[in-house]
Amino acid sequence: MSHTEELDNKELWGGGTSPFNAGYGKLMMWFFLMSDALSFTGFLAAYGFYRHNFSAIWPSAENVFTHFPFVHGHQPLIYVALMTFILIMSSVTMVLAVEAGQRMDKKKVILWMFWTIIGGLIFVGSQAWEWYHFIHGTDIGAFELGKGIYTLPDGTIEQTQGIIGRWKEGSNQTILELPWRSEVGNIASEYLTLSGQALTDAMANGQAIHGANLTHNEYGHPLFADFFFFITGFHGTHVFSGVVLNFIIFVNVIMGTYEKRGHYEMVEKVGLYWHFVDLVWVFVFTFFYLI
Amino acid sequence: MSTHHHHAKDFLFTYVFSQDHKMISKQFLITGFLMGFIGLIMSTLFRLQLGWPGESFEVIDMFMGSWAENGVMSPDRYLALVTMHGTIMVFFLLTAGLSGTFSNLLIPLQIGARDMASGFLNMLSYWFFLISSLIMLTSLFVEGGAASSGWTIYPPLSALPEAIPGSGTGMTLWLVSMTVFIASSLLGSLNYIVTIFNLRTKGMTMTRMPLTIWAFLLTAILGVLSFPVLLAACLLLVFDRSFGTSFYLSDIYIGGQVLDHTGGSPILFEHLFWFLGHPEVYIVLLPALGITSEIISTMSRKPIFGYRAMIGSMMAIAFLSFIVWGHHMFLTGMNPFLGSVFTFTTLLIAIPSAVKVFNYITTLWKGNIVFTPATLFSVGLVSTFISVV
Repeated sequence: MSHTEELDNKELWGGGTSPFNAGYGKLMMWFFLMSDALSFTGFLAAYGFYRHNFSAIWPSAENVFTHFPFVHGHQPLIYVALMTFILIMSSVTMVLAVEAGQRMDKKKVILWMFWTIIGGLIFVGSQAWEWYHFIHGTDIGAFELGKGIYTLPDGTIEQTQGIIGRWKEGSNQTILELPWRSEVGNIASEYLTLSGQALTDAMANGQAIHGANLTHNEYGHPLFADFFFFITGFHGTHVFSGVVLNFIIFVNVIMGTYEKRGHYEMVEKVGLYWHFVDLVWVFVFTFFYLI
Repeated sequence: MSTHHHHAKDFLFTYVFSQDHKMISKQFLITGFLMGFIGLIMSTLFRLQLGWPGESFEVIDMFMGSWAENGVMSPDRYLALVTMHGTIMVFFLLTAGLSGTFSNLLIPLQIGARDMASGFLNMLSYWFFLISSLIMLTSLFVEGGAASSGWTIYPPLSALPEAIPGSGTGMTLWLVSMTVFIASSLLGSLNYIVTIFNLRTKGMTMTRMPLTIWAFLLTAILGVLSFPVLLAACLLLVFDRSFGTSFYLSDIYIGGQVLDHTGGSPILFEHLFWFLGHPEVYIVLLPALGITSEIISTMSRKPIFGYRAMIGSMMAIAFLSFIVWGHHMFLTGMNPFLGSVFTFTTLLIAIPSAVKVFNYITTLWKGNIVFTPATLFSVGLVSTFISVV
């Protein structure tokens, strides 16, 4: 009769743990994280590909994420900086939980795991808040030119692919600013403005845009919104799973499961996952908000 | 085997929900073989169509029934069969069937472990594989037929559900099936890697391990590092198909109607796909090279020549396989300089490959060779390997 035994990772029977001095469970987590890292690399590389391709008309994050709860006015990237700080602090509390676990200090493990979970929840909530504002957009909105061939005021003929124009500030929707690629260097050095008859012609084909979704984005290229929702969503799912895992382990710690087992290795394993999720956020943050 | 009233339960846990590596190996073998057999039938059918276009065949009528009126295959079904044949052979037979069978059977036996590190995850790995196989086969029977854009599922054919009949539900099921497949591959590979690292018997250092195990280890690492990128590519494709994003789609007209996509590029998919696709070649090849090393050594009655060089060359092949993917994409209009870089890295693979062939030949040299079928197949592998490389 075939029958398998549960192999205890503390009882490594003879062969030892070379070349990595870690139990198989922890090793599995490391290799899983490497695998997951490659998924994120794929997404971020794809993002970089388009970011570079459309560098002239790519939205700048500091013009997009300008809200701060209960504070009016233009607060570029302040809130995302705060939530990044909170997430990194939750990594610190996770380190403290692991350290307490190594000292078999159950009370401290509970305390620090608790704060880690709170940090994670605040981060997920903040992410939802960022999404809400991004989806909602500004009051004034933007205007997307229809696809087609346009003769521009300066006489050039351009084929637009859903170019987003912003209303000139204070113009009361009579002047549209287009981030046009100048001939030299492909950089939107200056806005090309449409008004009067040219604007009326352009508006016949286009549509007003408010906020962002997976097909339109008032702040600029729709791919910016596509990647923002996809990558922060994928990362947010990871954070949420991390919070759930942390919570399960938290309950086990309270129940004394690991005290009975004699070690808190499970806390270390979820800790690895949590640090990984943090590290990935640092990259996502850099790619979306800083570069 | 006990025969009392626990018999049914014993049967279930011995043969179906088994956590025993040998039984799981047999499960992979049987499922992989069945998939391979189905793939074989498909290739026979579509080659009949290819050889005698438009001609009526009784065997096509027998297998395809109403999908092939009067025994003549329709173009849609032809495309679907080619796609499914490629997918099944590359992933289900050569990846899961090969690694699942031999890694599960041989790793614990050859490193002196009682079983895999986690029998439970090993069982899940097989069940995910079976589920993904069943989903893939089910896609043959949905409206519009199975996925039809080739096993490489390039967009826009795969990204627009309305492009061709097979781009609809069939393509969706392909993506679902491959996602489950990738989960299966991940669970299996993680298990192989940690078992090899941590459960070796006393005295078996990394450089005393059989070359077969080295090959399985590197294969598993390749899988762990390359399949997630296919997962990334597939998830982006799902969003393009179902949620209107433009990751792979630019301005496209269908039936005179302009679609709402803008800015994306199908070339991105090709990069992501071939980042998996090339390591995949070695996921298929390395286990065979590992097994061959030992067969040749055993059947020549000599230890393998250049044991460490064999490990080093397999590592070099594994590493290089991650930086050559562009050679699958020369026709995409990539920068010729980039193309020459990919050509250069591709040519570099010839060096470790030549080292391996040299070692195989020197192992055979002056050996007391026993000509069993295994020997002949192994020598045949070396011969094919050198003439192709």
